[in-house]
Parts: sequence; C-alpha cells; structure tokens
Amino acid sequence: MIETRDLSVSIGTREILRDVDLRLMPGQITGLVGESGSGKSMAALSIIGLLPPGMQAEGQVALDGRNLLTEPEIALCRIRGHRIGMIFQEPMTALNPLMNIGDQVAEVLRIHQGLNREAALARARDRLDRVGLTAPRFPLTLFPHELSGGQRQRVAIAMAIAERPDLLIADEPTTALDVTTQAQILDLLRGLVRDENMAMLLITHDLAVVAGIADRVAVMQQGVIVEEGPTEELFRNQRHPYTRQLFAASNHQPRLVLKPAEAKPLLKVEGLVREYPLPRASGFGPAQSWRAVDEVSFHIDQGESVGLIGESGSGKSTLTRAILGLDPLQGGRITLDGQEIRAGRDLAPKLRAQMQVVFQDPYGSFDPRWRVERLVAEPFHLTGRPRNWREQVAEALYDVGITGDAMRRYIHEFSGGQRQRIAIARALIIKPRLIVLDEAVSALDVRVRAQVLDLLAQLRVSHGLAYLFISHDLSVVRKITDRVLILENGKIVESGATHKVMEAPEHPYTRRLIAASPQIPEGWIAHE
Amino acid sequence: MRWSLILGGVLAGLALVAAALSFVWTPGDVLQISVAEKLQPPSDQHWLGTDQLGRDMLSMIMMGARTSIAVALVAVGIGMGFGVPLGLIAAARRGGWLDEAIMRGNDLIFAFPSLVIAILITAALGPSAVNAIIAIGIFNIPVFARVTRGGALPIWTLDYIRAAQVAGKGAGRISLQHVLPNIANLLIVQGTIQFSLGILAEAGLSYVGLGAQPPTPSWGRMLAEAQTMFAIAPHVAIVPGLAIVITVLGLNLLGDGLRDALDPRLRRSVP
Repeated sequence: MIETRDLSVSIGTREILRDVDLRLMPGQITGLVGESGSGKSMAALSIIGLLPPGMQAEGQVALDGRNLLTEPEIALCRIRGHRIGMIFQEPMTALNPLMNIGDQVAEVLRIHQGLNREAALARARDRLDRVGLTAPRFPLTLFPHELSGGQRQRVAIAMAIAERPDLLIADEPTTALDVTTQAQILDLLRGLVRDENMAMLLITHDLAVVAGIADRVAVMQQGVIVEEGPTEELFRNQRHPYTRQLFAASNHQPRLVLKPAEAKPLLKVEGLVREYPLPRASGFGPAQSWRAVDEVSFHIDQGESVGLIGESGSGKSTLTRAILGLDPLQGGRITLDGQEIRAGRDLAPKLRAQMQVVFQDPYGSFDPRWRVERLVAEPFHLTGRPRNWREQVAEALYDVGITGDAMRRYIHEFSGGQRQRIAIARALIIKPRLIVLDEAVSALDVRVRAQVLDLLAQLRVSHGLAYLFISHDLSVVRKITDRVLILENGKIVESGATHKVMEAPEHPYTRRLIAASPQIPEGWIAHE
Repeated sequence: MRWSLILGGVLAGLALVAAALSFVWTPGDVLQISVAEKLQPPSDQHWLGTDQLGRDMLSMIMMGARTSIAVALVAVGIGMGFGVPLGLIAAARRGGWLDEAIMRGNDLIFAFPSLVIAILITAALGPSAVNAIIAIGIFNIPVFARVTRGGALPIWTLDYIRAAQVAGKGAGRISLQHVLPNIANLLIVQGTIQFSLGILAEAGLSYVGLGAQPPTPSWGRMLAEAQTMFAIAPHVAIVPGLAIVITVLGLNLLGDGLRDALDPRLRRSVP
C-alpha cells in the first residue's frame, strides 16, 4: 500500500499542496477530482518524484515503510515504472514516434529486469495482449503514428503496467479521447485494477467518470483535500460546500429558451460534399479522394439552437469550416438568409457578418500581441469600424460579464473562462444572427462552464441568436439545444428534437454514443 | 542565462560605437600617409601602432568598422526586404504553386556556394563596396524567406487566424497583422546572425580585393595588406583580425541571447 501523509508542496513561499493524506489500497481506485489549477497533477507528480525543478515537497510518501520524498534519485528510478506506473492525458505525445510499440513496452522490462531483447519482447507481447492490442492485428512492429488515439493510450497503459506496479497513476487518461473510446479505456483500467490487484489513483475533472469507476473519491480545492470518502456516500452526502458547488455546476441546467414560434430558416445546408484528394495508389492510377463530409443536409431556424454531435474524424470540423465559408465545396450548397455562401473573396462582407464563431481553445484563439479592445473589434473589418467602436466593445464585454480595465489588457492576463467570454464578445460585436460554437465549453472547468452556458442561454434571449453548437459531449448538448444532429463518418445518421433523440435514440450509433457517455447514477445526487 | 546577451551586446556595441565615433572624430587622418612613421608598435601617440604607410591603426579600425557595418546592414536589409515578404507569401499560399515556386527558387540560390558567386558578381560588375553589398544581400534573401515561412506555418494553424478569416480578412492582411508580429523575434535573431555573417563576407571579399576599394579602409583589406609584414610588425595583422573576431563573436552571442530572451518557450516561467 502507498500512502501520503501531510504531503505539502511549495514553490518559494507559495503553497501548492497542503497536508494531503491519501491511502491508496491494492485493488481500489481512488478518484482525485478538482478544477484546473487545484493541484491534482502536482499531487501525482510528487508521489512519483517528478516535481518540476524549484518545487519542494514535505511530509511523507510512504511505500513499504520508506519515505519516497527522502530517497535519492537513483532509488526513485528503480521505483518509477517498477512499483509505480503513470499514464498521461495526451496519448499523442506520450510515445516516442521513432520507436515501434513492442520496443517501447520492452524497454521498461529491459531496464528493470535486465531481460534480453527477445524475452522482453515476449513479455511486451503479453502486456499488449492484456490491454486489448492482440497479436495478429497489432504486431509489435507498429509505430505510434499507425495507431488511433485510443490505441496509443492502450500502449501507454501497457508500458505503465508492464512491471505489474503496485500503484498506477492515471492523470486525466481519457480527457483527450472520444466518449466511446473513453468507455473502453475505463473498462480496461477497471479490469486491470481487479485482475492485478493494483492500486490506482485516477485524476480527473469529470465527476461522471469518477462515479462510474472509483471506489473512493477525494475532492481537491486549491491544494487541499476538502472531502474524502467512498464514492456513493460522498456523492449522496456532499458535506463540504465546495463539493456541493462542483456537483451543482456539473448538474447545472441553464434557463430554458423557446425558439420564436414562426421562425424562418436562417441557415440551410443542402447535399454538402467536401472531399480531400488522396495520393494516387499507383503512378498512373485514377485520382482518389476521401469524403470527409458526405451529402449532409440540415437547416437552422432563426433563434434556434442546434447541436451537432460527432466523434473525432466524423467530419464536424470540416463541416464547420465549410459553413464558415473557409473551404471550397465539392458539391451541394449552403445558404444563409437565402444567399449562397461560397469560400474566398466571393463571400460578401454583409453576409459574412451574419455569422461568427467561438473556438474550443481559449488560449489559441487570440493573437497574444493584441490588446483586448483590438481583438474584440476585429470583426468590424466586415462592417467598417464605427466611430464609437470603443463604446461598442465595452458594451459587448459588459454583455458577457467582463468589466473594468479589461480593454487595455493583453489576453494572457485572463483565465480560460474569461477568455471564452471575450471570444463570445468578439462574436457578438457585429450583432450576427448565427454563432457557431465549436466545442466552445469543452476546455472549461465545470463551474466556469455552467456560467458560460448560462450566458449563452441569456444572450439567445437578449440578442435573438441562433446557435450551431458543435460538441462531442452529449450532456452539454442536451442542456442547451432544441434540436440535435448526430454525425458519423461524414453522414448525419440521426436528427430530431434533442430530448427525443437523447431519450429514444433510433440509430445504433446514437445508442452507442449515449450508452458510452459516463453518467452519475440516478438518485446519487439530489437535484438543485 | 543572460550573460551571453550582455557580453554579446557589449562586444557588438564596441564596433558600433567605433563606427559612430569615426564620423566626428578619429585619432589620426586615415588619408594622411607618413612613411617616416610606418609600422610603429603601439605607443602613447598611436594606441594601436601604425601600418605600412604610417597611418594610425586605431583610426583605420574605426573607419573600417564603418565600412563593415554599412555593408552588412544594407545586405541584411536587402535579405529581409525581399526574403520576409516572399516567406510570408509562401506561407499564406502553403501547398500551392506559388509556395512551391518561391521555395524552389530559394533552393536554387542555396545550391550555389555563396562566396564564390559573390566573387563572380563583383568580378563581373567590378569590385566596389556597393557590388559587395548586392552580392551578400542576394544570398540573405533565401535565408530570411525560409525562416519566415518556417515560423509562419505553425501560426497559420492557430484559431486566431481562423477568427480573422471569419472576420473577412484576406491572406495579405492576416500576414501583416497577425503572422508578422508573432514571428518578429525569430527574424530579429536571424537578422543578428546574418549581420555577423555579412561582416565576415565583407571582410572576405575585401581580403581578395573585391570589396571596398582604397582608400576606403576595410578590415578585410587591412588584413590582406598586413599579411606580408606579419614577421616584422605582427600588430598590423593582429589588430584587424581581432576586430573581426570580436565583432562577429559579439553578434553571435547577441543572437543567441536574444533568442533565449525573446522565445517564451525558453523563458523560465514561475507559475
């Protein structure tokens, strides 16, 4: 058993963790939940002894009566990978792209067991079989780029469990994955903990994930564990106010908005086709292409909120780009308010001004060298900058709840949630009628997400906006859309009123999606 | 580490100050030949001694700094002036025929050994400082084009570029407003390094007699002329040699230091 006692981490005089006590029992999954910046990852890194330079850890991380915090680096090297394994959020960068998967898993065994290459590869084969990458389909000679995100995460898990460690630390292991893949990886992790009698520390921001898999849960706020207990008990009781806030936010239902009774269609997409050329199979073979979006048709009415759900590779991003008029089409047409949208310079500024967009990543969607006022005013390029543009920027910022001296500041001075509000202000500034929200709340913490969803609902009423809400997260789409479209492999496989599709899905893919979405069991938490 | 920035700035600054000071004051007149005082070692009167024609070496070095810096500066200016726009265009039209044409044109220039071509150009157009500038400048163009394109490509994938496109901005406007300011630090660093290479190239061309012509003082020609007298008066060769080494070393350190100071990924951040 591994436990931490009074574990504190500080950088200079600033405390990042304070008096963290965690008992990680064999065969048990402990969920560590908290918002970004709460210190969950630092707790994991201090257990495995990989804190960034400049940080000091105090207290105890006890393994077999030894305190790992005082062990020399050379002893820690023998423990890492052997007694404690770890997997990370991003499977794309966790593997060495130049090494095949067999050698990567075998490397761990060769370091710790001193096995020769053949023996290590044989064991690697066994471990990869265990994580579901079985022999004939997944030879050891595959390279990471030949695998999907979920498969790469399986390789990372195989490396972490190669030595059958006592403790597996999983830091947001499924956050970067699609829901169906997430369900499979969580199944795998649960099976591993049971079969190998490992302890597991699962770090996540997602309460629903924890509800489905963890035996015990610890809630962390600003470096302090405010509440800890068996999962169901903690979910039902929620003794600490912060726990209650977290649960309330993740369960938050923004105000209901009814679309106007006699709404005319605003955006119409008819038979949309978007193809990418593929390299020719042979020098003189026929030119081949791949259909990212295949005969997609739908419409959005004025003031309506429509959800578009799809997993990675389903063509949602391609579809978004086409609707925004950024890419040329290979077939079909898109009309906004009766006028056709074409890529490039043909698109009249007046038409383009009807439609704006908010992106997922609150960090990448702003030029770091511009001040907020200039960033928010950028869409004025379409309409001409009015004389009172500064007042209008201030008003748009006020509408999204950003006040004070924000206009003269640079974007790095704002938090993720504030940035997303500024992104919404930028979309609002030229009073569009349709806003495309491309995973706009996916990167936000639950409490901030609840606030942004509220804001979106309120803006729909005050500004008469229509939304195209693109997401992979069904629980969010359910809260904010009237109608939903399910996209699979570039085709819309199901569409209809949101509550209908969610409650009685017809297409097998929709059913799979809904079944795979993690949910907090009915009755565990009382509604607000 | 900031010491490379400071040391580089000080060393490169020496050449700059010497060149600037030479416009208003030099210890002696570089056009004044005084054979009686030739090849004197450093003394109170001539701090760095005199050359084979009795001219004050310190004055020659100061005037030579002016030539070196002028040639290198204009050459870098030519490189940036053509190379950066070409690189921005290539990045804006990435994957298209224009990108291909620009980059293959670059490869063509890269394929020639630069100093040999510079010698060819000056030989064809006649040796002069202006022709040296043109020759060095042409070879700076592909360097800046490539650095610009390389820096611009990842920027084009970011969401704020998409936001600008949704705001109806064309590729040219986006390149100037969003891309260029975000790769400016790359270009400053590359500019410093090309500047030092320009000084070396000017010295090289002048050494073989294809750069600045007499009586304009030049470090490279001073070195060439001192060659035969190294046994009798080593300082005549050592002084211009040291001037070149110190200035180039200073600029390289400055380039390294600037890269570390300007690149946020290399900057130590305390959360």
